[in-house]
Amino acid sequence: MAGIVGYGAYVPRHRIKVEEIAKVWGTDAESYKRGLMLKEKSVPAPDQDTITMSVEAARNAVKRAGIDPVLIEAVYVGSESHPYAVKPSGTVVSEAVGTTRNIHCADFEFACKAGSEAMFICIGLVEGGAVRYGLAIGADTSQGAPGDALEYSAAAGAAAFIFGKEDGVARVLHTHTFMTDTPDFWRREYEYYPRHGGRFTGEQAYFRHITTAASQMMEKAKMKPQDFTYAVFHQPNGKFPMKVGEMLGFKREQMEAGWLSPTLGNTYSGSSPMGLTAILDVAKPGEKILMTSFGSGAGSDGFIFEVTKQIDKVRDVAPKTREQLDNKTYIEYGVYAKFRGKIRKAV
Amino acid sequence: MFPSRYWREIPQRYRLEAAKCTGCGKVSFPPRSKCPKCGGVEFDEARLPEKGVVKTFTIIRVAPSQFVEQAPYAVGIVELEGGVKITAQIVDCPLEDIKIGQKVRIEFRRLQEDGCSGVICYGYKCVPAL
Ligand SMILES: [Zn+2]
Repeated sequence: MAGIVGYGAYVPRHRIKVEEIAKVWGTDAESYKRGLMLKEKSVPAPDQDTITMSVEAARNAVKRAGIDPVLIEAVYVGSESHPYAVKPSGTVVSEAVGTTRNIHCADFEFACKAGSEAMFICIGLVEGGAVRYGLAIGADTSQGAPGDALEYSAAAGAAAFIFGKEDGVARVLHTHTFMTDTPDFWRREYEYYPRHGGRFTGEQAYFRHITTAASQMMEKAKMKPQDFTYAVFHQPNGKFPMKVGEMLGFKREQMEAGWLSPTLGNTYSGSSPMGLTAILDVAKPGEKILMTSFGSGAGSDGFIFEVTKQIDKVRDVAPKTREQLDNKTYIEYGVYAKFRGKIRKAV
Repeated sequence: MFPSRYWREIPQRYRLEAAKCTGCGKVSFPPRSKCPKCGGVEFDEARLPEKGVVKTFTIIRVAPSQFVEQAPYAVGIVELEGGVKITAQIVDCPLEDIKIGQKVRIEFRRLQEDGCSGVICYGYKCVPAL
């Protein structure tokens, strides 16, 4: 099997509080804070996008891997907010990181599970011997329409993983996937903001796919929730990942290390991958991690990792995920609207 | 910016690639064809470090057309570890908090974009060090 040889995250510095958004639209901040367990979310600066955050997360992963980046032979960037409609994000990331030019590169899209798709494929390529090292990235700077429920959660961030044949910091023990055609969330070509099926996005989409993928994977691995020290699920808000974990039989303590959404928001393709980076920042050798992503449309990818001794040597080599989360500057709604291109200067 | 000019500067803008004179060891950034110190013409490729200190800076309030949306913004001269100085925007920091002597590091950012339909130019900027 393959292993994660290096990992890294990137969290932009700016945050907006739920109260600040609720104030503008005249909604009840407390109901979002209690109902969705969201306090604040990250906001990208105007000069940040999926490509810039991917580069920073990838550079952190290269530092932790301790390898010459020229040995990376595959790069996949999973996102639903690629800056170009036509022109890959991966070419910029590859050049900025300094990989070989004999690299296989593609941009992935699958709503919020594009990042775990990239991980899944890198693992396969490494195991099959097609590439020595593969770089998988999940990153997004997603937008919610002004006043829409998604505006309270749509955030920005990136996570990057370098997979190799060696065990690295965490061995991949199992992978699994589950998918159906479910129209719970979509964005049509030339539309700026996505649309969603309201309450339909919960039970038939998020909960069904994650519980099915995770329970089938545990059955395949002959493992139970109590065999894991940590579990991390896609985090569209603060509430859903805790609820889906409980449905599967996990306890709050197993999910807290990777539960970033209350102060980060939903980073879409970056969501459960960033949670995994926060877990690796604190995990000990021998501990097992269950990760299950979710992407609307809809599907879930599952992974089981076992942490190795190597983790203690590399975790301090790059900024930790929660350190980045704590390094923040709050902005008001007006600045947020400018940063996100909702209002523009007349020129 | 023309795509061809942007493309030529990618090694410097993305990876801070500099030229180290094989004769006297002086590092030139951006790379030159002739060493300004000894006149040598042979170089090794060198990668500049990502940490540095603000030597001086200015606030741009009246910006060239492609940067109008970003104004006001700070541009500084930053001395990177090892002594090479670069000119870069200083971002993620309130303008009134930027100080000479401040520790910064390099981050990858969007530099400019050619309207809504043109090429997006990426490269380095400086942000406060953690
Ligand atoms: Zn010289």
